Order: sequence, then structure tokens, then C-alpha cells
Amino acid sequence: MAATNAHTEAPAGQGKFPPFETQYYPSQFVWLVLTFVLLYALMARVAVPRIGGILAERSKRIADDVAAAQQLKERSDAAHAAYEKALADARGRAQAIANTTRESEAAAADETNKRLEAELHERLAAADRSIASKRATAMESVGAIAAETAAAIVERLVGKAPAAEDVAAAVHNLPKR
Amino acid sequence: MHIDPIEQFQIRNLLPLFNIGGHQIFFTNSAAYMLVILVLVSALVIGTTARRAVIPGRLQSITELSYEFMATTLRNSTGTAGMKFLPFVFTLFMFVLFSNLIGLIPYSFTVTSQLIVTVILALLVFFIVVIYGFWTNGWRFVKLFVPKGVPVYFLPMIVPIEVMSFLTRPVSHSVRLFANMLAGHITLQVFAAFIIMLAGYGILGWFGAVLPFFMVVILFALELLVACVQAYVFAILTCIYLNDAIHPGH
Repeated sequence: MAATNAHTEAPAGQGKFPPFETQYYPSQFVWLVLTFVLLYALMARVAVPRIGGILAERSKRIADDVAAAQQLKERSDAAHAAYEKALADARGRAQAIANTTRESEAAAADETNKRLEAELHERLAAADRSIASKRATAMESVGAIAAETAAAIVERLVGKAPAAEDVAAAVHNLPKR
Repeated sequence: MHIDPIEQFQIRNLLPLFNIGGHQIFFTNSAAYMLVILVLVSALVIGTTARRAVIPGRLQSITELSYEFMATTLRNSTGTAGMKFLPFVFTLFMFVLFSNLIGLIPYSFTVTSQLIVTVILALLVFFIVVIYGFWTNGWRFVKLFVPKGVPVYFLPMIVPIEVMSFLTRPVSHSVRLFANMLAGHITLQVFAAFIIMLAGYGILGWFGAVLPFFMVVILFALELLVACVQAYVFAILTCIYLNDAIHPGH
């Protein structure tokens, strides 16, 4: 047991808690100051400015690239807008041309229609007139035929031909149905 | 087999160097690890940025992230006026962080587990705050101890409290880091010792040793977190104290 206890002691043999052993403080102090100051000098002189420079350059580069991209985007937007405008103009013109063409065509067709209609009316009227005249002629002929037929029937029945005026008057005086 | 959890904090005098005011200065294991920190931090921070790549590699990203992390922390605490302290805060952060992380490597030594180290660093911050505070603000710096909006008749009570809290800052600032490192390493060592002790008891002990083994794994992850968090805490407290020197009017 005694041997174990002896072993538990710190190798230096004081049996004290190492972080509280003041005899090592001067050495630690000197080395800490030395290394820390050296590290600080390296960081302050070399590392921090360099990293700061790298980061600044990167952010500048990114900003530049973003600005360039923005510019390109604006240009492409402008081109797109111009294209859209041209397209709309062309469409409008096409619409206008189509409208005028349609109107003129419609007008021409209307005129043709009217002309044809008038012509047809005229022809219809002429035909009507000719029908009426033909009918009148036919009706006169009908009277003559009826008189002839009546004269022939009477001659056959009576044996003697009646006077033409009498027959005509009789046909004429037939009750109209 | 016996393992002493305190032994890892032991300073060893490796090489006597010179004498200052009756004190013999040695090259110690602690000094060796301070040099390791110096070399590693410099190698990371300066070595990886040598190419000044606009598109950073992995290591350069680590450097830049650490830098931006500290720059953001400092700017949030002190505004742009405090940015001239960035090299100091960055150095402090990297020094403490690397000390904490290197200390987690088995058989290595943790510089920040030495009270004298954290006390020196905390006092450095304290004196920078006091000196810079009086330098730039003159006697307006004492407004730091007079909170705004407090009725005058409270001041005799408030001001001593504020002065006390200001003066005890280096204590809490240094002991927080020191105690965290110390306690974490002792806990790890104790549980690691359990593994070896139990394994010494034969087959059954081997099975029993699995439990402290998992404990060590979990604790190690926790200590990794603590190492980073404590470095951050040390740095952010420095930023907050520096802000008092730059804007003492609360």
C-alpha cells in the first residue's frame, strides 16, 4: 500500500497539484510570452492582412461579377423588350392591313352583290313583263280559239255557220269563273 | 498497474536555459507544446493562404472560416471601431483552440490546463482593456462603472459592485478555461484508467471494461466540443471586455 501511495505522487516528488506549483511559473511565463508574442507578430503582420486581402478581393470579384451579370441582364432585357415591341408593331400592322383588306373586299363584294341583285331584279321584271304580255296574247288567242271551236260546234249542231261577231260576242259574254 | 490522473499536468524541466532575477528558466514540456502550437497555427494560417486562391481549398477554407468567425464575433461585440483588435483576438482564439485540441491527443500536454497560462492570457486582456480604455477615453472610461439609467441614490451601492465585477473578470476569465481543461482531462483519464484496471481482472473484467470504454468515447466527443467552445468563450469574452474599453458608456 505504501508503495502504491509513493507511486501516486507526482514524479517531481512534491506531491502538490501540478498547476499550482509555483516553481514552474517563471519558465511558463517566459515561454508563453515568447510564443504568444511571436504568434501575434506573425498573425498581425502576415496572416490577418493576407486573409483580409483574400476575402476583400473575393468579395470585390463577386460584386464585379454580379454587376457585370446585372448589366448583361439589363441588356438582354432591353433586347427582349425591343423584340417584343417589334413583334407587337408588326402584329398591329398586320392587323391593320388585314382590316383594310377585309373592309375593301367586303365593300367590293357588297357592290357586286348590289349590282347583281339590281340586274337580277331587272331581269325578273323583264321576265314578268314578258310573261304578262304572253299571257295577254294567250288569253286573246284563247278567245279566238273558243270562238272558232264554238263556231265549229254550232255548225255541226245546226248545219250552218253562225256569224263570227255573234260567236265572239257570246264567248265574250260567258260568265267569268 | 496504477494510473495517476494528475500526472498529465506535470511540468517537466527539460533543459535549463538562463537565470532571471534568481529564477532558473527551463525549456519545459509546456514550452515545447507552446512551440508546437506556434508552428501549427502559423503553418495552417500562413501556409494555406500562401497561394491567395480566390477559390479556396479545404485548408484555406478552414483558415478563412476561423478568421471570419472571429471577425464577425469581434464586429458584433465592438463594432467597426474594435476591428484593430482582430489580430489580437484571432491570435488568442487560435492559440487557445490549438492548445485545447492538441491536448486531446493521448499522451500530449495541454498548455491551457496550466493555471498560470490562462491567468497570463486573462491578465493580458484585462490590462489591454484598462490601458486602451484610459488611453482613448481618458477619465470617461470610469463611466463604465456607472450604468446608465440608475437613480443617483443607488450609485453608492452599484458602483462598488461594478468595480468588483470588473476586477474579478480576469479570475473568472482564466479559471473558466483552466478548470474546463483540467476537469475534462482528469475525467477522461479516470475513465481510461478504469478500462485498464478492469481489463486486468481477466475475462469478466474485459466485458466490464466495455462500459468505461464507451464512456471514454462519449466523453472524448464531449471534450472535443468543450475544447472548441471554451476557445470561443475565451475569445468572445475578450471581445466583450474590449467593447468596454472602446465604448465605456454602456
